Amino acid sequence: MTIYLPIAEISVNVFLILGMGAAVGFLSGMFGVGGGFLITPLLIFYNIPPAVAVATGANQVVASSFSGALSHFRRGTLDIKLGGMLLAGGLVGASVGIYLFMLLRDLGQLDLIISLFYVIFLSVVGGLMLVESVNSLMRAAANKPVSLRKPGQHIWVHRLPFKMRFKRSKIYLSVIPILALGFGIGVLTSIMGVGGGFIMVPAMIYLLHVPTNVVIGTSLFQIIFVTAFTTVVQATANQSVDIFLAGLLMIAGVIGAQYGVRVGQKLRGEQLRALLALLVLAVGVRLALDLVLTPDEFYSVVVTGIGF
Amino acid sequence: MRRSLTQVGAALLFLLTMMSSALAVDERLDIGISTNEIAITANFTGADLTVFGALDNADRFLLELGQYDIIVALEGPARETVVRKKERVFGIWINRFSMRFEPVPVSYSLSSTLPIDRIAREIELSGRTIGIEHIHLLPSGRVGDGSRVPEFREALLRLKVDDGLYQSEPVGVEFVSSSLFRATIRLPANVPVGQHKLRAFLFKNNEFVMERELTLRVVKTGAEQFVYELAHEQSFLYGILAVLLAMFTGWAASVMFRRD
Repeated sequence: MTIYLPIAEISVNVFLILGMGAAVGFLSGMFGVGGGFLITPLLIFYNIPPAVAVATGANQVVASSFSGALSHFRRGTLDIKLGGMLLAGGLVGASVGIYLFMLLRDLGQLDLIISLFYVIFLSVVGGLMLVESVNSLMRAAANKPVSLRKPGQHIWVHRLPFKMRFKRSKIYLSVIPILALGFGIGVLTSIMGVGGGFIMVPAMIYLLHVPTNVVIGTSLFQIIFVTAFTTVVQATANQSVDIFLAGLLMIAGVIGAQYGVRVGQKLRGEQLRALLALLVLAVGVRLALDLVLTPDEFYSVVVTGIGF
Repeated sequence: MRRSLTQVGAALLFLLTMMSSALAVDERLDIGISTNEIAITANFTGADLTVFGALDNADRFLLELGQYDIIVALEGPARETVVRKKERVFGIWINRFSMRFEPVPVSYSLSSTLPIDRIAREIELSGRTIGIEHIHLLPSGRVGDGSRVPEFREALLRLKVDDGLYQSEPVGVEFVSSSLFRATIRLPANVPVGQHKLRAFLFKNNEFVMERELTLRVVKTGAEQFVYELAHEQSFLYGILAVLLAMFTGWAASVMFRRD
């Protein structure tokens, strides 16, 4: 069964799109990532124009992160205060990111910069997480304590001023690294068109030492707002949000996310991190191969809007 | 005196030939389509457009011999098109060169009684822009010494053909009676929305006789049309709606799946 997408202007297979949405939704619920870094490349691979894929991906992530965040809110694994601080930095970062985006576009090679950003961030984040989680898994197997929060272990982040108490997360931390993290993620969101969960989750765990169970809900909370902001900006500036495509992805995605949240809660933190690391690395390697391997087709045709 | 008489005679002869050829009624070509608007609905996967045509005043003898040929082409709306080429720089494949072309038809579908190179000479086809190879592709902006133009031109045509946007059916036109013919033109699933030009050409003994042109509109309908217009005319509202739809979907799912 096919459906014609009015904004993407192509016909697609409904079941394939539903399948994509469900799979990405499941992973997003499980790991607390929005799934933007998965859905956007998948849509582009399925011949959806990149501009539409980025904007529609963001719209779909609003739905899956909202659904996931609500579940976490009910379970008490969402730190609204921490999420709000991250968001404050995030919105400033997103605005700066939009400016950088336009600057890069004027210089040409925006596509290349986006690809390089993806490859670098996914590989570094995935690699670091994998090493760490495999280490904890090995410690767990040897019956040693697996807690990340070793008492008395303080890094430079904990010596910064303007400390604030976050009750839900049981941390007492300076607002500077939180705002800075939010800002950094905001910049990446605008340039890469992703929610930033795949960077946010490990950064909160390793940099801020927030407990893993709170990290996921809080990250999803932050992602809702950043992707909603991106959706509105994209719709206004580029008219590239396809509501039909987003609707299909959402319906399948939110259902997948509900099951993902459940499976995620059954797994232990380090197992979850190892799986997310593998997933992030796999996407990074796939995109790196695209850059390095000799392509089948050297040419590409782009129809610009101007004509008569 | 003699000389001027011969001149008059020649002139008379010329006039007579002119008149006789004007009197001997010329062949006429007419085409018609059942609709001048094609609606793209949600389940559109491409369509066949049937064009009917009549060939009047044809010479029976030449018709028997198959000396009349017809070419029907549907040309999509023209858009400025950019072709990019990847090259390896520091081990990474990046879009290194690009060439911009003056508005090029987004789609082109051709149907004919014979392969077109057997209907008319190259120069005739090229002059009337008949056939995929003869679509005018003019580079715009800086092209350097122009030595790369053929390479980009060829890539553009090849990619369009691969996408199904450019296609030709060499035996898609058939005579259903001595004067009626039917042409089948394939519209691909990704046919562009907008004003299309339907052109029909009549050839006799490999010589061009006449051309007919009709317009055909390809439009979106119903919900597709509504969404498209909303997205373009009320884009901020549309963005807000998209976000609200997403939030509603997310909320509905979390309520439906609520266990506690």
